Amino acid sequence: MAYVAVKGGEQAIENAHAWLAEVRRGDPAVPELSLAQIEQQMSLAVDRVMAEGSCYDRGLAALAVKQARGDLIEAAFLLRAYRTTLPRFGASLPVDTGAMRVRRRISATYKDLPGGQVLGPTFDYTHRLLDFALAAEGEPPPPAPEAPAEETAMPRVTGILAQEGLMAPEAQSDAEPGDLTRQPLAFPADRSLRLQALARGDEGFLLALGYSTQRGYGNAHPFVGEIRMGEVSVELVPPELGFPIEIGEITVTECQMVNQFAGSKTEPPQFTRGYGLVFGQGERKAMAMALVDRSLRSAELGEEATAPAQQQEFVLYHCDNVEATGFVEHLKLPHYVDFQSELEKVRQMRATAMREAAE
Amino acid sequence: MTSTAGYNFAYLDENTKRMIRRALLKAVAIPGHQVPFGSREMPLPYGWGTGGIQVTASIIGPDDTLKVIDQGADDTTNAVSIRRFFARVAGVATTERTSEASIIQTRHRIPETPLREGQILVYQVPMPEPLFRLEPRVTETKRMHALADYGLMHVKLYEDIARHGHIAISYNYPVMVNGRYLMAPSPIPAFDNPKMDRMPALQLFGAGREKRIYAVPPYTPVRSLDFEDHPFVPIRADAACALCGSRESYLDEVVTDDRGGRIFVCSDTDYCRERQAARRRDAAE
Repeated sequence: MAYVAVKGGEQAIENAHAWLAEVRRGDPAVPELSLAQIEQQMSLAVDRVMAEGSCYDRGLAALAVKQARGDLIEAAFLLRAYRTTLPRFGASLPVDTGAMRVRRRISATYKDLPGGQVLGPTFDYTHRLLDFALAAEGEPPPPAPEAPAEETAMPRVTGILAQEGLMAPEAQSDAEPGDLTRQPLAFPADRSLRLQALARGDEGFLLALGYSTQRGYGNAHPFVGEIRMGEVSVELVPPELGFPIEIGEITVTECQMVNQFAGSKTEPPQFTRGYGLVFGQGERKAMAMALVDRSLRSAELGEEATAPAQQQEFVLYHCDNVEATGFVEHLKLPHYVDFQSELEKVRQMRATAMREAAE
Repeated sequence: MTSTAGYNFAYLDENTKRMIRRALLKAVAIPGHQVPFGSREMPLPYGWGTGGIQVTASIIGPDDTLKVIDQGADDTTNAVSIRRFFARVAGVATTERTSEASIIQTRHRIPETPLREGQILVYQVPMPEPLFRLEPRVTETKRMHALADYGLMHVKLYEDIARHGHIAISYNYPVMVNGRYLMAPSPIPAFDNPKMDRMPALQLFGAGREKRIYAVPPYTPVRSLDFEDHPFVPIRADAACALCGSRESYLDEVVTDDRGGRIFVCSDTDYCRERQAARRRDAAE
């Protein structure tokens, strides 16, 4: 018998890993990227990996980006697999985004408002022309002009609307929110769980879903009430102290979408909120999240759910890119046992069909 | 290989293992019922066996001997990768011999060698819900299981017969467990289904991405769905293994050239190797 069964999976894996390590490094004549470089100069990639990896650690996220050769979903996966092993010693107090040290704050619903519009470091009004000067390594740009910090408070736009009774109030609760990384999702999922899933969800998926609500798949009439990005304090109450202490500061982007609501039998016409909050500077994600959050509220607001973005199971089961990439990519694992039974089945069915055709 | 210092025995922390074992106990108590569990993110991708790995990690002890197969074979890349994972994080003995293993983690096959009492077969499950192609909403399928309302599946099988003359499912063929719960046997070929029936070993099923665990306790009746006038028929390629000559085992088809040449070999590499060894012994005597 000339045939020898295929062997050598073990050695093949070793070799593949060695090759991967080599191509990850690239040409050794080119200086190696440092984590500090990635963290500083690929900061939005780091932010995205922290958001979708749901672990706020710039250094680890930078390491994940480096190890993943810049594949951000792979990097989020690495970070998640690390995060899952970390012990949990407590839950922070809710962060107060109203007290944010704001670097960017814009509203599309008011021309001017207390605290003003602050553009911050944004691509928004750049012309998307490749800057060939960047191709050559040069001097760092001169520091951006600075104004003295204003002491004026920056109230949230939704708060201004709420004062007039125009903003539907959110359900208040001090109950500990669910955690889908500890308890599997069950439906209907409450809003805190939905927001958790969306905050970890894939930016591209949420972007497309949010976009679909604007194009008639779901009845959205959104306005950007406010987007703000900056630093918020994280506070924890250690049981042995009994009062909150600040354990650090994180950068977050928050988006509050204001949506028209025609009212129902029990509710007067008013505006309803779609909410987005992500780690780091992630405005596109925060906006898409806010759109999808609002469309997922269709059931509680008595709206007919006809579009994919309004269906909880569809959105929440498919927004996680680590789950999605795993299951899509598992198709490259061997399936020859199942395929063999399909082969036999198709042959059997063809034989039947041929026989019937001949009769 | 990098160090595993800083990780618990078998990777998962003890509280997580306890949570999974509680889900397993519930699953054993209600054969075929899907128990939701707090599936963790694992360092291997979803869809590559994270459910099976978590189940194995929560039941394995230092004295266990682990066998891992994928497509029936011990040397397929994913089986190698998972076996190495446990050798690395749990330091347990591994084996390729079905009879020597106390725990067998599998993807897509049940070993040909009958399992015995005390052994545990851990299945990796991609989609635990047997009804998902007919009804994708979990809220709905949960209700159907609660009411044992499996009309949808019977209609599908009936339609297959009306259209093709026989049931057109060749793998992941739905089974009734203990006469109560409809269960997905995972994508094993329908050929393997009869082995599940009253198996002396404990069968555990882990679906990591879908966060479900279910089980078939030893000696539990497992019946492949069929009709009186269209009984269940397991299928295999009508050939003998080119290496060991078996006419009973499930075969992989191997294409040997581009002119239609093909041979068939056992999918279960351990079974095939044992038979070849026995043949050589017989020839030597």
